[in-house]
Amino acid sequence: MAVSEQQRISYIAAQAADARLAVELQTEEMTLNLGPQHPATHGTLRIVAKLDGEQVTKADVICGYMHRGYEKLVEVRTYPQINTLINRIDWLSSFANEVPFILAAEDLMEVEAPPRAQWIRTMFFELSRIANITLFIGEMGVQLGAITPVFFAFRDREYVLNLIEEATGGRFHPNFDRIGGLKDDLPKGWISETKDAMRRIRGYCDELEDLLMGNEIFEARTRGVGVIPADVGLSYGLSGANIRASGVDWDLRRDEPSPLVWKELDWKVWTHPDGDSFARYWVRLQETREATLMVDQLLDGLPSGPIQAKVPRIIKVPAGEAWAHTENPLGEMGYYVVSQGGLGPFRVKIRSASFHNISIVPWLLKGVYVPDIITILSSLYFILGDIDR
Amino acid sequence: MSSADPPGGAATTATTATDDRQHALLEDLTTRLGDAIVGSHIRNGDLWVRVRPDAWVRAARECKAMGFDYFCYLSGVDWLPHTWPNPKVIEGVVPDADDEAALPADPNADENPAPDESTSGEIVSGFAGGDTRFQVIARLYSTIRHIGVHLKADLDDAAPQIESWVSEYPGADWCERETYEMFGFDFVGHPNLIKLYLPGEFEGFPLRKDFPLLAREVKPWPGLVDVEQFPATYKGDD
Repeated sequence: MAVSEQQRISYIAAQAADARLAVELQTEEMTLNLGPQHPATHGTLRIVAKLDGEQVTKADVICGYMHRGYEKLVEVRTYPQINTLINRIDWLSSFANEVPFILAAEDLMEVEAPPRAQWIRTMFFELSRIANITLFIGEMGVQLGAITPVFFAFRDREYVLNLIEEATGGRFHPNFDRIGGLKDDLPKGWISETKDAMRRIRGYCDELEDLLMGNEIFEARTRGVGVIPADVGLSYGLSGANIRASGVDWDLRRDEPSPLVWKELDWKVWTHPDGDSFARYWVRLQETREATLMVDQLLDGLPSGPIQAKVPRIIKVPAGEAWAHTENPLGEMGYYVVSQGGLGPFRVKIRSASFHNISIVPWLLKGVYVPDIITILSSLYFILGDIDR
Repeated sequence: MSSADPPGGAATTATTATDDRQHALLEDLTTRLGDAIVGSHIRNGDLWVRVRPDAWVRAARECKAMGFDYFCYLSGVDWLPHTWPNPKVIEGVVPDADDEAALPADPNADENPAPDESTSGEIVSGFAGGDTRFQVIARLYSTIRHIGVHLKADLDDAAPQIESWVSEYPGADWCERETYEMFGFDFVGHPNLIKLYLPGEFEGFPLRKDFPLLAREVKPWPGLVDVEQFPATYKGDD
């Protein structure tokens, strides 16, 4: 894995900070309790940091305040019922949660949704990505003291949520994906509205680039802060934009076979060599803009035809095991579904992205300064429901 | 459904062109791990390999040397049969496919479902086989070759215990803590094996099949609400 010069220097700096902690005059250790109710935690995540002066010597992450036991609950539900449940894992991009589970079930049942359904699925997948990450892009500014971006984010995300609501009936929890297809077709006039909304989101991305990217304070607080070397990130299971910001050119949409139609679109996987907070922000911003362009292409190429394959009325999934994963807004999300031929699954392992993205935090926070805890957490971008499934 | 192939032997499913890479990978793993592989399965572009429990860490080390740089997840499976959802209960609620012509039923659909395997009381293991009730399962992935592998290992029924992967893949830390609290597996060599989600005083292992889900004890199936009579038409039991 290629390591850039800046990545290497930042890593050495972190190591040096570590060493300095051991050598410098010992001060009285202080415990700082961050959370569980903190705006930067997107829910209830608690971090207990041991401080030596202004530097963190040890950070423990305590989660589970919102654990809902989905892996147990899905064992007593039928496949269509599970769809409503897993909507609530990453609640900002609910539709993207449904897709890998449905794909795993379809894989076991050996049914495939018709092309139009796959195109609409891909479209809603990218719309959820936009709805999710626009919020992050604005919210990162708040953690650094810039209030305006988050108002822009809520203003423009509304247009995307309206689109999702018009087509599915639910703003946050569409529950739109079905085994073998989709619940409904698109409503009339939706396509032109979507084009307008995508144009607006691109404008928002440009605005944010102007507002934040060149800002001296923003750069000072994020450049070289929270550097994750690519190999460390991968061994912790970091995925999505977090690992692409460390220079790993890996995107499941491009690299794995999928019934969804990303391969038929013209798009680019964005990476950044630095691996710091700034890189993570930058990659997400580019991905949002790329997603709007993908939605435009999907609207132009939308095929006609049915949206639902023929499936039995009572869904029974043949015995077997299947693994389906997709590149969700937060990273790789996968479902390991074990079926023993019943109406519901025997066991489902939910591999959610934030869980693994946050598991690196104890390693990453060692030696950083207190104000950087918030920017690092914020730049890793997690949704609590995605950690506590 | 279960299979326990000899190492390097022909896999159970029909070979398709898309699985060539998986077959090559399995051969590669077999030369590295030898008789530590006790079962394998290839299906739809995915590879399952079951290793001997004492070779669990060795398998991780070899995989890491082979370029599996990305740790995907680690978890457990309890193969004890469970009876939910009970098809008989649901069939009373959901109308049969014959009732309405709205959605034509799949001609291949089983009208009279065979007796549920899970009620027979026998442990049915999944892909790549298994001899015990508990299994640990993990997935590794190579971000360069774009290929993944599921690794499984059998655990002892009475005292499930296996070596920790934390030294090979630090990302296994939280996964093992979760598996420890949910299944009661002991990961030997884990630096800090404490509960991750559950409160410290919680007793029992929720994801084991014999751990009762209280909501289902109170109301066997939520769908049953639909067949309850409305108050106006309800004449009472007497």
